[in-house]
Amino acid sequence: MKPIHLALAFLSLAPMAMAETPVLNVLTYDSFAADWGPGPAIAKGFEATCACKINYITAGDGAAVLSRLKMEGAGSDADIVLGLDTTLTETARATGLLAPLAALAPNDLPVPYSDADFEPFDWGWFAFVYDNTKLTNPPKSFKELAASDLKIVIEDPRSSTPGLGLVMWVKAAYGADSANIWKDLADNILTVTPAWDAAYGLFLKGEADMVLSYTTSPAYHLITEKDATKSAAPFSEGHYMQVEVAGKLASSKNQTLADQFLAYLASDAAQAVIPTTNWMYPAKTPAQGLPAGFETLIKPEKSLLFSPAEAEAARQAAVEEWQNVLSK
Amino acid sequence: MAERPLQIGALALSAGITALVLGTALALAVHAKGLSLRQADWSALRFTLTQAVISTVFSCALAIPVARALMRNSFPGRKALIVAMGAPFLLPVIVAVLGLLSIYGRSGILNQTLQVLGLPTVSIYGLQGVVLAHVFFNLPLATRMLLNGWQSIPAERFRLAETLGLPSTFRQIELPMLAAVLPGAVLSIFLVCLTSFVVALTLGGGPAATTLELAIYQALRFDFDPGHAAVLAGLQFVICGLAVTIAARFVLPDGLGAGLDRAPQGPKGGAVDAAILIFAASFLLLPLAAVVIDGAPALLRLGPAVWHAALRSVLMALASAALSTAAALSLTQATAAGTRWVEAAAMLPMAASGLVLGTGLFLLTRGYLRPEDIALTVTILVNALMALPFLFRLLLPEARNLHRIYDQLAQTMGLEGIARLRWLTLPRLARPLGLGSGLAAALAMGDLGVVALFAGQNQATLPLMVQRLSGAYRMDEAAAAALLLVALSFSLFAFCDLGGRRAAA
Repeated sequence: MKPIHLALAFLSLAPMAMAETPVLNVLTYDSFAADWGPGPAIAKGFEATCACKINYITAGDGAAVLSRLKMEGAGSDADIVLGLDTTLTETARATGLLAPLAALAPNDLPVPYSDADFEPFDWGWFAFVYDNTKLTNPPKSFKELAASDLKIVIEDPRSSTPGLGLVMWVKAAYGADSANIWKDLADNILTVTPAWDAAYGLFLKGEADMVLSYTTSPAYHLITEKDATKSAAPFSEGHYMQVEVAGKLASSKNQTLADQFLAYLASDAAQAVIPTTNWMYPAKTPAQGLPAGFETLIKPEKSLLFSPAEAEAARQAAVEEWQNVLSK
Repeated sequence: MAERPLQIGALALSAGITALVLGTALALAVHAKGLSLRQADWSALRFTLTQAVISTVFSCALAIPVARALMRNSFPGRKALIVAMGAPFLLPVIVAVLGLLSIYGRSGILNQTLQVLGLPTVSIYGLQGVVLAHVFFNLPLATRMLLNGWQSIPAERFRLAETLGLPSTFRQIELPMLAAVLPGAVLSIFLVCLTSFVVALTLGGGPAATTLELAIYQALRFDFDPGHAAVLAGLQFVICGLAVTIAARFVLPDGLGAGLDRAPQGPKGGAVDAAILIFAASFLLLPLAAVVIDGAPALLRLGPAVWHAALRSVLMALASAALSTAAALSLTQATAAGTRWVEAAAMLPMAASGLVLGTGLFLLTRGYLRPEDIALTVTILVNALMALPFLFRLLLPEARNLHRIYDQLAQTMGLEGIARLRWLTLPRLARPLGLGSGLAAALAMGDLGVVALFAGQNQATLPLMVQRLSGAYRMDEAAAAALLLVALSFSLFAFCDLGGRRAAA
């Protein structure tokens, strides 16, 4: 064990010395802070206004951000937590680590949103994405999908936020009848992956006819790859939403700066970065509108979303139901 | 006793390993509200054991004819084939899964061919897919372990058997060797399959294919219930302990005695051997070829961040491998000399869940050290730890032989300490040491478990980079970065493996 202690002690000395400029630590998921994500541009934009520095602390995905928050507790270095979605906010709130927002900025979400602790910064509709050159007559509902012999790849609700989103979607659309929908869908499910990337990779490889993703996924292929072959199928039951939010930690020593950051996150400058980096809808459509290509995406008429409290109350039973039905 | 310091060192090291593995689990266990297991956990346990047993049986049963055919025949490219066969074991799991799907998937080569021929297609999704993938990963490892065993049979034995006109060299010479080497291989592979999770879930076709490791993941993610994760981790340790104990009862000294240890050729196998080798090579190399084909197009588009991550990964892998090799050498010497408990400690990390280790270290160091500051140290340390059981298994049979044959001689000559290491141990163990350190380096290259918990934004390793790219729709670049990862892992592995074999020759 000795070499370990030595190494730990040595490494802990290095970063003690820090400049006077205040640093705002933002705990977020990997792909937000990645070179190709919204993080760098938003940090640059905010730093130009605040005489401060943004430091992203990253965890794998929204669920990893939550578990990191719980692991660190009140001793966290983070000032801001960014990237939870509304199925996770209630359990995050229950930790008592969050401070109320100074103000909730106006938003354009398709459903009314209000929350004392979390500000939405982007959102999307879950949807099944398919290749429109191979599938010309996609199913128009869960029931049609279940009646077809199409194969889908989904994510596991126990390890992935889109997977959890799908379970919530079926619950919100069918309530007490959800178990029957899963029973009927069972023979359509090719497989379940631990995370979104494996599912989407399997779909792109041609393994499955459809994959659980977002209505905005085709925009990536269209805008970045000039490839119009991917579409999302509108479902008549309506589409469940993922709303991604940011909040401020009560333990932060930079409360004012954190408020300023959250205000900047809701501004046009930051919101305009979102669509082509996070491939989601900005919480507030910027004055310049959405990027060209987004107008081609389907616009579900009915949006489904549980409140954080409803989602938390339904989560465990819904996941167990999913697991029980599909394990047979 | 010349071995005193060795024994004390090895025991201290064992205590350190045990403390690290069990201590991290205890750091989670203190959060436990109760030690209950749920209904779903029992199903997970059942599936975990079922798939691990079947996968192990197939991997090891197939490895016997493959290793024997490789040992008995010399043909052009034999060395290259042996080295290349190590590659599947080194693939990052999700890359290997995508490679396998290119061949056996719903739109893979196999099913396309079957369709053209008008035959019914086959599905990889289900227990059969999980087993197929595990055999793909572990057949090479089992083959190499057995091949090492065959190569340790002194050539004189075969010649003697021939001179004496013995009816079966297999029963007289090879079977005792297998009895000595096979339990170690079975144990290693069983333990690898025990903690599988991405393969099991992705190819298993649904939540029925839930392993204990996935249950741990779930407990630490959405539920954040470290206590429950610790209970599940404890269950894995119990299974590991049972497996080590059972395997230990079967390990017999091969009783072959000493010889001039030149690589034997044995009796030739002819057409059957050729068929076995062609089958094994295509089974293992076709999915690899698919990985190369998928990754090549975007290779030149990879940004500097990926190359930096690659450099970071190589340096960390070398550090991990050095640490792990030194530890394994010391532990196997002590075990061969009869020190108790060392073997169990050396195998313990195999039952450890990477996520539990990482989370435990996180909880133990929080408040004292910033995760970003210790990310690289922790990753090197944990990877060295996770590779240790493989190295230990590879070295142990030959360390035992070495001890049995040369210990008295060395003591008579007063060969001790560094001199004994330099003149006796290292040269005699060069072959498994090369293979083992290569494996350790490559495993460390491919690891994703711990670094993901600790690494800051600018500390990404190459596997983390692959994950970040594929999580952002950039599947082409992810495939290219994965190819780079495989190429680098494989180069490290081949460099060590060939170096070891050259030194042994």
